Amino acid sequence: MNEATPAYPTHWRRPARMLHDRRWRWLVQASVLAYLVLALGSFDVEWARVMEGLSRAQRFAHGFLQPDFTSRWSDIRQGLIESLTMTLTATVVGVAISVPIGIGAARNLVSAWIYRCCRAIIAVSRSLQEIIVAIFLVAMFGFGPLAGFATLSFASIGFIAKLLADDIEEADPRQVEAIRATGAGWWQVLHYAIQPQVMPRLIGLSLYRLDINFRESAVIGIVGAGGIGATLNTAIDRYEYGSAGAILLIVIAIVMVAEYGSSYLRRFLQ
Amino acid sequence: MLELQRLTKTYATGDTALREVSLAVPRGQVVGLIGPSGAGKSTLIRCINRLVAPSGGRILLGDVDLAAVGRAELRRQRRRIGMIFQEYALVERLTVMENVLSGRLGYVPFWRSFTRRFPGRDIENAYRLLDRVGLLAHADKRADALSGGQRQRVGIARALAQEPALLLVDEPTASLDPKTSRQIMRLILEVCEERDLPAIVNIHDVPLAQQFMHRLVGLHAGEVVFDGATTALDETVLATIYGAEDWASSGREPAPERESEDTERHLAEVGR
Repeated sequence: MNEATPAYPTHWRRPARMLHDRRWRWLVQASVLAYLVLALGSFDVEWARVMEGLSRAQRFAHGFLQPDFTSRWSDIRQGLIESLTMTLTATVVGVAISVPIGIGAARNLVSAWIYRCCRAIIAVSRSLQEIIVAIFLVAMFGFGPLAGFATLSFASIGFIAKLLADDIEEADPRQVEAIRATGAGWWQVLHYAIQPQVMPRLIGLSLYRLDINFRESAVIGIVGAGGIGATLNTAIDRYEYGSAGAILLIVIAIVMVAEYGSSYLRRFLQ
Repeated sequence: MLELQRLTKTYATGDTALREVSLAVPRGQVVGLIGPSGAGKSTLIRCINRLVAPSGGRILLGDVDLAAVGRAELRRQRRRIGMIFQEYALVERLTVMENVLSGRLGYVPFWRSFTRRFPGRDIENAYRLLDRVGLLAHADKRADALSGGQRQRVGIARALAQEPALLLVDEPTASLDPKTSRQIMRLILEVCEERDLPAIVNIHDVPLAQQFMHRLVGLHAGEVVFDGATTALDETVLATIYGAEDWASSGREPAPERESEDTERHLAEVGR
């Protein structure tokens, strides 16, 4: 070693990825903060109205603390049965329609125009929020769970088909290549190379969608699509906060059961 | 048996992966394809069964030009070409048996493969192959429950289940330890001899290639720069295939030469 060791620095900072100039960084941060302050200031709060609402909120909270399961039990039971029926049928129908659309929306399996068609269907289904679809379908089919069933089926398509398609696109290409190299046809490649890779995910997604659909059924009921949401809406309209509290507690309980049940099932499937 | 005539592949990006490669492999011969990364070894093998579409030239297997066949015929021809992959490429969630039987997919209609009702002859043959590669006891295990060497044996059984006329082998030992690598190479050589199969083996491990292959072909930047007996591979040839390097020395690599001015200049930039 005849070469003198150069003096290496002892200080290192992570280089900036964007906005290399420190002044720009300050400016951007300050303007975001200024915008937030101004935007929050633009809500004018009527304090008198808030005060008035507080007493109502108190009654509502009171209803929660003393939930009344008995006086409207037959309505609640009816609503629950409707909701569960609607949830289950909509999930099954939604998944059944989503699978072919999801396969068609996977770039690594189909030709460009099928891909674009299926992605378009998914985009339409995802861009329309459940409530908007429900209002439209209630106008079409009338009040009741049929509209709810149709809404939830439609919403499930966008959700499951998109996530399934993304999962298919991420499937290990070497396994697909290996099956294709044996001389397998398109359906055989799908069934032997793709399906084993995406099946656990599809089952997980379907279970997840099942509990989303149940929660949504409580929301779309408010616009007239039947189920527990309709019962809840009636209870609130009649100022029966005890019954409303009971309904919300039941919804929470069912969603929790679905949550634990599906995570248990998914762990079992892995 | 297999003959490549002026096989060329240019990717859509404009990169030329293969330049007029001509090569003939007679029955029963195992050819090792060596060359640096990016020389086109993998592309060459994938052009033969058209997992990659060649842009020019002829690929003759028997008297069929694989480069010219249509889709249905390509499927039929792929059945005659067994392929063994780097990192095995088994369908991991299927059982070992299903993986071996998937070698028969080209021969059975969809509904039979869908219901897993393969002909008795295929099942018998699959068991025989699993016995041959020493995995009879593992038939009903999931493929991802096996070790690396065992998985590659399943890969070999799958390729043989096709009753192929040609074997394409892509880096079969890339993720295996030295002992398992040798066992796998020996197994591939044995099955080729038993069935009088021609084979092309991509391999980056030159000593392993010299130990097992009948003949070596060196690729460099998409061109064949060496084609000859294993014994003909010396330092000059290695230098033409891989570029200059001290091939014989196993001593410490000399410290990379560097310009002290260079270091100073970089350090000055760091301070900023």
